[in-house]
Amino acid sequence: MKKLINDPADVVVEALRGMAAAHPGLRVDLENRVVFRGDAPVRGKVGLVSGGGSGHEPMHGGFVGRGMLDAACAGEVFTSPVPDQMVAATEGVDGGAGVLHIVKNYTGDVMNFDMAAELTTAKTGVEVQAVVVDDDVAVQDSLYTAGRRGVGTTVLLEKIVGAAAEQGRSLAEVAGVARKVNERGRSMGMALTSCTVPAAGRPTFDLPDDEMEIGIGIHGEPGRRRVPIAPAKEIAEMLVEPILADADFTSEPVICFVNGMGASPLLELYLMYGEVATLLERAGVRIARSLVGPYITSLDMAGCSVTLLRADDDLLGLWDAPVDTPGLRWGA
Amino acid sequence: MTTQDQLSAWVREFARQVTEHRDELTALDSAIGDADHGANMARGMGAAVEALDASPPATAGAVFKLVGMTLVSKVGGASGPLYGTLFLRFGTAAGEVTELDAAGFAKAFRAGLEGVVARGRPEAGDKTMYDALAPALDALDEALAAGTSLGDALRSASAAADAGRDATIPMLARKGRASYLGERSVGHQDPGATSAALLVAAAAATLG
Repeated sequence: MKKLINDPADVVVEALRGMAAAHPGLRVDLENRVVFRGDAPVRGKVGLVSGGGSGHEPMHGGFVGRGMLDAACAGEVFTSPVPDQMVAATEGVDGGAGVLHIVKNYTGDVMNFDMAAELTTAKTGVEVQAVVVDDDVAVQDSLYTAGRRGVGTTVLLEKIVGAAAEQGRSLAEVAGVARKVNERGRSMGMALTSCTVPAAGRPTFDLPDDEMEIGIGIHGEPGRRRVPIAPAKEIAEMLVEPILADADFTSEPVICFVNGMGASPLLELYLMYGEVATLLERAGVRIARSLVGPYITSLDMAGCSVTLLRADDDLLGLWDAPVDTPGLRWGA
Repeated sequence: MTTQDQLSAWVREFARQVTEHRDELTALDSAIGDADHGANMARGMGAAVEALDASPPATAGAVFKLVGMTLVSKVGGASGPLYGTLFLRFGTAAGEVTELDAAGFAKAFRAGLEGVVARGRPEAGDKTMYDALAPALDALDEALAAGTSLGDALRSASAAADAGRDATIPMLARKGRASYLGERSVGHQDPGATSAALLVAAAAATLG
């Protein structure tokens, strides 16, 4: 394992310390491992709290700031944060209009956020709602699994819902926008190489040089199938087809997001975006906005994911609204 | 009768066992999960023992509430809320008493299991900790109803937990990260059922 680290046990807190140093506009609570907007709580605004295991940077801490999240809780690498952190985050962003928890659908994240919501409401009476993101078409959604995983749509959702909260919409309205985005977003990912968790010190899974994993999760969880490596054009088909088969994307314009898993360069991500755009045009899908880059990563895994979000005028307006965070910044 | 000191000894023995089996739990978890169960349980139970040392609780209820809150605060992932809720509900059901009789112990343990069910909604055969704990508590109730001593009843419960743990090997996972594997989860022993069997084994070793 070659990594830019000191002691593997200190990776998360040392990264947060660096974030605080790099972004003085944020307030980083190192004890609770929560990144706050510098001006939180914002009076009268719905507070947005997300969080999850570390290792997906810039998500979620890099999406804290005006027009996006009010606070993000950082768990250990690939491990959900604990309720104490979420309670500290929720109390710290409560501006009197309630708090929305944005939770990716993983068993640990869902249970810890559930407990945190119960604890915060019992302790302070602040109204907490939660929206669970589950957009990964690689996983069959059935009663017999933990359900679909939360992946790429989370990035688009945090941006769009952040703008809705910034406009002063109510908790019910903001939660409604969040559910609408989740319902309209679908993702599919793939890996060329495994990631290496610092504390484990070796690759999470073995993937031979001439194979790739289609339908990978963002923690190195297995996908739908392992296949021989193929040209980007064919990989794009393997990602786009299951998304288009799962939901309709032709009736309204889409936001198309090609995400890097951590180790794939932008050169390759833009090449992939070109392939994806060609496929979508052929399928009658109109792209209204795009996002290309590593935004929801899996440490040093090479690979990418494709997310499509069917957008209406409201969602596009919220997408275009100003945002000022370390990870996404425009119009600000 | 089981005193709160014996209950603390149970917690310490469970901490010792998860630490001793840390690598085994992690290896099981790396096959079908995210390879952190051993480390998380050892870290969480280590913190629970430290908390008991720092301020020894005065009642049975307080022992388990302290352990439960520590696990919820320290472990994260799925095992933190699940084991945390188990101990918290156990403590609430045990109450602010300094001794528990065998029936009270079994009832409180059952309340803990119900907490796990409320939090994670497992069903029999889902390949989870429930598949070790549910048969163990059934065996415990059955043995106590037949007039067996708590020690012997816990030994029956431990055997049932071990059998339940082994029975998870051919199961298809339907909860947690292992469920993403589908058919590929078959043939692997569930790490949560394995640590749960250690919990019952620790009780058999220290109580009654």
